[in-house]
Amino acid sequence: MAKIVVDVMLKPEILDPQGKAVAAALPRLGFTFAKDVRQGKRFEIEIDGEPTAAQLAEVEAAAEKLLSNPVIENFTVRVEK
Amino acid sequence: MKIGVVTFPGTLDDRDAARAVRHAGGEAIALWHNDADLHGVDAVILPGGFSYGDYLRCGAISRFSPVMEPIIKAAQGGMPLLGICNGFQVLAEAHLIPGALTRNHELHFLCHDQKVTIENTNTAWTSSFSQGQEIVIPLKNGEGAFMCDDETLAMLEGEGRIVARYVGENPNGSRNFIAGVTNERGNIVGLMPHPEHAIDSLTGPSADGLGFFTSVLKALVK
Repeated sequence: MAKIVVDVMLKPEILDPQGKAVAAALPRLGFTFAKDVRQGKRFEIEIDGEPTAAQLAEVEAAAEKLLSNPVIENFTVRVEK
Repeated sequence: MKIGVVTFPGTLDDRDAARAVRHAGGEAIALWHNDADLHGVDAVILPGGFSYGDYLRCGAISRFSPVMEPIIKAAQGGMPLLGICNGFQVLAEAHLIPGALTRNHELHFLCHDQKVTIENTNTAWTSSFSQGQEIVIPLKNGEGAFMCDDETLAMLEGEGRIVARYVGENPNGSRNFIAGVTNERGNIVGLMPHPEHAIDSLTGPSADGLGFFTSVLKALVK
């Protein structure tokens, strides 16, 4: 069994109010390291066996069509060992 | 004239939308998300609410429900289609109109009466208004900030495709105060505030919203 991970992030130019709220909350708790925070989504997709190139291409297509909205979001697909 | 009003799981404003259609003199036809038959309607309204619990992204799941296939096909052929609030988000997810709706810039869910100006009276849904007319209708959303890239924004402004714009303070962070946009042909309109909640002074802040529903009936007669 393998796990395919799709990370979806708002494009850098799109305002991320949730990330901003997290960035504002951190210093209130004494965490002063963050210059900026962006919040995204992570999808963990389990498949049987090792993923083939065709399967990865299908995941890419699904990420483009459903998991992300290409108007406002970017995504990456990777296989987690 | 038959106006279809779609109910997705989690839709809230279908009854008010159907009432607004009847109030304007049309016949409201209930359409079910899982039924790919449009029952001979002449136009369709995608009402507000939280379809599929807003899971994944607002409108992202509803956009692929069976009823959307014939709606998209008909709208691409010129059938009038109005998406209000969550319906606007469905239109954006279906790429029937440009841009996307994202979280309000202050993160709060908004619910208030909102002043907007009607900036394009040439669409199927806005011919009853006068150019630049100010109306007051309810605004209630969590993810109503209209976003698009600079190029798309310039295109929308240049082609006069901004249908409605917020007046006063920007309530949700929408680019250029955009409250509603239309497609190139003017038959599809996405609108964040709610005209269906403002069709008479007994139940709404004004009767200003009725114009959207009388407009489409006029457009269909032509």
